[in-house]
Amino acid sequence: MAVITIREALNQALREEMLRDESVFLMGEEVAAYQGAYKVTKGLLDELGEKRVIDTPITELGFAGLGVGAAMVGLRPVIEFMTWNFSILAADQIVNSAAKMLYMSGGQFKVPIVFRGPGGSAFQVSSQHSQALESWYAYFPGLKVVMPSTPADAKGLLKSSIRDDDPVIFIEQERMYGQKGEVPDDKDFLIPLGVADIKREGTDATIVARSLMVPAALKAAEALQAEGVSCEVIDPRTIRPLDIDTIVASVKKTNRLVIAEESHPFCGVAAEITTEVMEHAFDYLDAPIKRISGADVPMPYAKNLENLAIPTAEQIVAAVKEVSYL
Amino acid sequence: MSKPTPQTESRVGVDEKGSTGVMDEAPATQSAETLRKDHATVKRQQKNRLGNLERDELIKLYHQMLLIRRFEEKCAEAYSMGKIGGFCHLYIGQEAVAVGSISAIRQDDYVLTSYREHGHAIAKGISPDAIMAELFGKSTGCSKGKGGSMHLFDKNVNFLGGHAIVGGQIPLATGVAFAAKYQGTDRVALCYFGEAAVNQGAFHESLNMAQLWKLPCVYICENNQYGMGTSQQRAMSLQDVAQKASAYELAGEFVDGMDVLAVREATIRAVERARKQSLPSLIEVRTYRFMGHSMSDPGNYRTRSEIERYQERDPIKLLLANLKEQNLIDDAQVEAIEKEVREVVDHSVKFAEESPEPAPEELYTNVYASPIKPNQNR
Repeated sequence: MAVITIREALNQALREEMLRDESVFLMGEEVAAYQGAYKVTKGLLDELGEKRVIDTPITELGFAGLGVGAAMVGLRPVIEFMTWNFSILAADQIVNSAAKMLYMSGGQFKVPIVFRGPGGSAFQVSSQHSQALESWYAYFPGLKVVMPSTPADAKGLLKSSIRDDDPVIFIEQERMYGQKGEVPDDKDFLIPLGVADIKREGTDATIVARSLMVPAALKAAEALQAEGVSCEVIDPRTIRPLDIDTIVASVKKTNRLVIAEESHPFCGVAAEITTEVMEHAFDYLDAPIKRISGADVPMPYAKNLENLAIPTAEQIVAAVKEVSYL
Repeated sequence: MSKPTPQTESRVGVDEKGSTGVMDEAPATQSAETLRKDHATVKRQQKNRLGNLERDELIKLYHQMLLIRRFEEKCAEAYSMGKIGGFCHLYIGQEAVAVGSISAIRQDDYVLTSYREHGHAIAKGISPDAIMAELFGKSTGCSKGKGGSMHLFDKNVNFLGGHAIVGGQIPLATGVAFAAKYQGTDRVALCYFGEAAVNQGAFHESLNMAQLWKLPCVYICENNQYGMGTSQQRAMSLQDVAQKASAYELAGEFVDGMDVLAVREATIRAVERARKQSLPSLIEVRTYRFMGHSMSDPGNYRTRSEIERYQERDPIKLLLANLKEQNLIDDAQVEAIEKEVREVVDHSVKFAEESPEPAPEELYTNVYASPIKPNQNR
């Protein structure tokens, strides 16, 4: 297995799926000649040509809707948002068209499309460029929401998303593109949507973390292990469909749950997981569920304030100790 | 008063080589003002077009418009009886637009439109039974009772909705045209929207992409002059919609939407441009809805005399008068068509009433195409 970055893993997934299936095309701002604002699409224009790798004007609503229309009649568009912040301009087409087309047409028009790009915080890019929007999109039936945290997951999940017949919101983490890891070489390496991954096994407390919070949770688990607390770290990998079974099974074993997320707490994914665990495993809990979320404020610019807004491994450690009454 | 304009007006567009080309042989200077013509002039103009079609085809256009009219009159009746729920936007007065334009395309071409779509759906070939059943919320409806009046779909006839966010269908149709070209077909997409949608960003973003990438999409603006209760004058700084095509170097054309033949001919030109040259066009069709915005709209923002002025130019009456004058149809035929249309409409109501409601388990079907574990469908 090769050791590559998340950026390279995503690039491989795009390349392999486009070579495999002529109906897949890639469209977005700076994806072609510029090689991608974050270089995820590097080399694809040269190899696959301008019919299939298409630079767009800055017209998010337009090309998001174009993608949905193309998907209705047999293509498999991959639409890149330079960052997910800009998807807000395209939200009408994602929410009102892509998510509902199959249903309101009585099953006649599926929309096999992937919307992808970086989300969450970056490095000091302030309020309008640092948003975690997964709970928005996960709210809507008809959409699937995917958030990888390792190179292997990024590749396997993106390939599955492209082959999936439903609209997929694929949120990469802007800070994590350079993270390295082992990735299988198999061209049919797929990770199914809706299946969580236990990133670390443990017996004393469960930490559910996604995206940027996975490395933080693993770091916290390592620190807690030194203090004799064994943590299980679960990465749901897809927010919708959510693999609640894996989370519930872990809670039944550890009896304690901490949820770490980069997003705002209010109406967030942690709130949803909390409710579902309460519904399915209330009697197994030995302590109230604790969530660690991003600060409930727009992202500030100043480095010290930004650091305060993003959850840390230390906060997760403290939360695990709190639910463990340590 | 200036001399009446004999044909639809046309504007100059620029083709992909950058040369300007006149879109048809008609003079190219008029604006919407030319529609303030008397009825006799309109009628004479249509009469001059009759010869471009076979008699059977002319009668078919009349037949289709009448079917849509009677179908929707029945919709209004069923709505007031509580058999149709939700919003119900009638097309009465605008029939010539859907019928004329859809008569200019092939079965394998695509149609996408707004929520005022019963007419387009019938013209594209969805059965009145399946449409009425959809309006009644029945399982036999063309969208299985899940879409309703604003979301009619039929994959078999390439009718791709029925979209209820103003302007939402415009990027979608642009994408359908993109796919038609990508897949190497010569299919075209017709995209309908009201003039109020022209103020949405979706319109401008779509036209820009369509011309940039040379997509075979025909954008048809049905200018009925009111966005719900707001007149175009109160909503649009530049009211000449066809002229907006020039902002994106599209071919643009203005046409009288009360004349089904004028609409047809303008669409033929645009479809030819899309099919042969893979170029988009914008057609502004000046029309008028005789009813309110929806069934709940009493229409107090328009004067009686304004409505009557347009009713004089009713597209169905106009064509019938010309057909009669030219001895292309006789009273017996008119009566037979009326009878047949009423039978079709009555049948659709009977079919809808007798059809079952969707089964309760249908609530949870068609949310996802790729199956996911049932306990995770949340």
